[in-house]
Amino acid sequence: MQQNPSPSEPIVSLRDVQKSFGPLRVLDGVSFAVERGEVLALIGRSGSGKSTALRCIDRFEKVDGGEIVVCGHRVDRPDVDLRALRQDVGIVFQSYNLFPHLTIEQNITLAPCAVKGMAASQARDLARKVLAQVGLEEKLHAYPEQLSGGQQQRAAIARSLAMQPKVMLFDEVTSALDPELTAEVLKVIEQLAADGMTMVMVTHEMGFAKGIADRIVFMHRGKVHETGPASILTSPTTPELMQFVGTGNLKS
Amino acid sequence: MSLQLDFPAVLERWPSFLAGAALTLELAAFATVLGALLGTLAAVGRGTHNALISGACKVYVEAIRNTPLLVQIFLVYFGLASLGLKLSAFTVAVAALTINVGAYTAEIMRAGFEAIPRGQIEAAEGLALSRLQIYWHIILLPAIEKVYPALTSQFVLLMLASSICSQISAEELTAVANYIQSDTYRAFETYIIVAVLYVILSLIMRAGFWGLGLVLFPRRRRLGTPL
Repeated sequence: MQQNPSPSEPIVSLRDVQKSFGPLRVLDGVSFAVERGEVLALIGRSGSGKSTALRCIDRFEKVDGGEIVVCGHRVDRPDVDLRALRQDVGIVFQSYNLFPHLTIEQNITLAPCAVKGMAASQARDLARKVLAQVGLEEKLHAYPEQLSGGQQQRAAIARSLAMQPKVMLFDEVTSALDPELTAEVLKVIEQLAADGMTMVMVTHEMGFAKGIADRIVFMHRGKVHETGPASILTSPTTPELMQFVGTGNLKS
Repeated sequence: MSLQLDFPAVLERWPSFLAGAALTLELAAFATVLGALLGTLAAVGRGTHNALISGACKVYVEAIRNTPLLVQIFLVYFGLASLGLKLSAFTVAVAALTINVGAYTAEIMRAGFEAIPRGQIEAAEGLALSRLQIYWHIILLPAIEKVYPALTSQFVLLMLASSICSQISAEELTAVANYIQSDTYRAFETYIIVAVLYVILSLIMRAGFWGLGLVLFPRRRRLGTPL
């Protein structure tokens, strides 16, 4: 069952989300919304709950309380149709997680064929198209281990794009890469943003967040501590964000 | 004391030896295929969240791994007979060997499943693949590739252990040998030939598994690196 939100409704919305790992309160009443075509950057210290918040959107973590609506799916409910949700949401991980036994083409065509029942030839055309989008057409028949980290991450982004998601989640996708490879991955994400993709990204690249994000959510101790346009990075109002960007690498 | 070997007296029975070797290979082939299926299912079952299924798989694996193969064969042989099932010695042998190797396969496959990084499964879930699709496309072949040497050794071991089926008069290689040596009084020669034949059977199986590996693991064939 495909539910389409009305144009005015946000693609992703979290309201008063609570989540604990044992006695540790990771999300303590988190609320934010992402509109269609918007790029939202989740920033904050390690352990502030930003990755957990992102993973809750695709239900890799179950929430203890609050409400999460993603493309019309009530993600906080136990009866949410996970497979329908995940057809609408693409997620890219820090560790790429390409399937090592499959070629890049097979990595990309697998889900469209298996989940959407796409014909193999059509899926191969699609693979070529999304690989071109990330600048890796020539790696169609390579195996993941033959690619550099940056190429693997771009291939992982292409694999997500092939499912034509309504929103993409990026979980610290450049944290395992050196500055040069980071730049090539960020360039791909920038192009996606320019193409109007709705995105939520957890990132430590402050300069990048400042350049690309429509809105910044600064998380601190499981709460949304400060939120606003990218300009809050240059003129923070709370002492915590001031300290965070002060110690961070605010390069532009 | 001198050792006198008279191979021609034994070798004139070569059609019997060949028939026995063929039956041994046939037993091993059936038990390998069925045992691989049974063991993989048991390994999957062991990993489910259903306590009943997981418990049943654990009991099966432990019961088989802690009892002798000969006793298992007798249990199947006499057990099925007392249930009124009249099956051939070959069928009973295949059933018993399958049950036996299935338990060992289950443990090996479980190790393979556990060697798949959690991130692989999350990535597959993120692409909306179903549980069954994840097992089939993402977990199964990499798991098999990781434990392939242990798995194939187990199946060769099974072929060698099938000699015990001579006890329920399945006409495999060892049973044939027992018959020939009691007929010719040339026990040493007979078992030398049988030993050589078992070595050849092992080599045939290993070659078969090597070829199967080339088909199953195209990445390894192309790159030559372990997964």
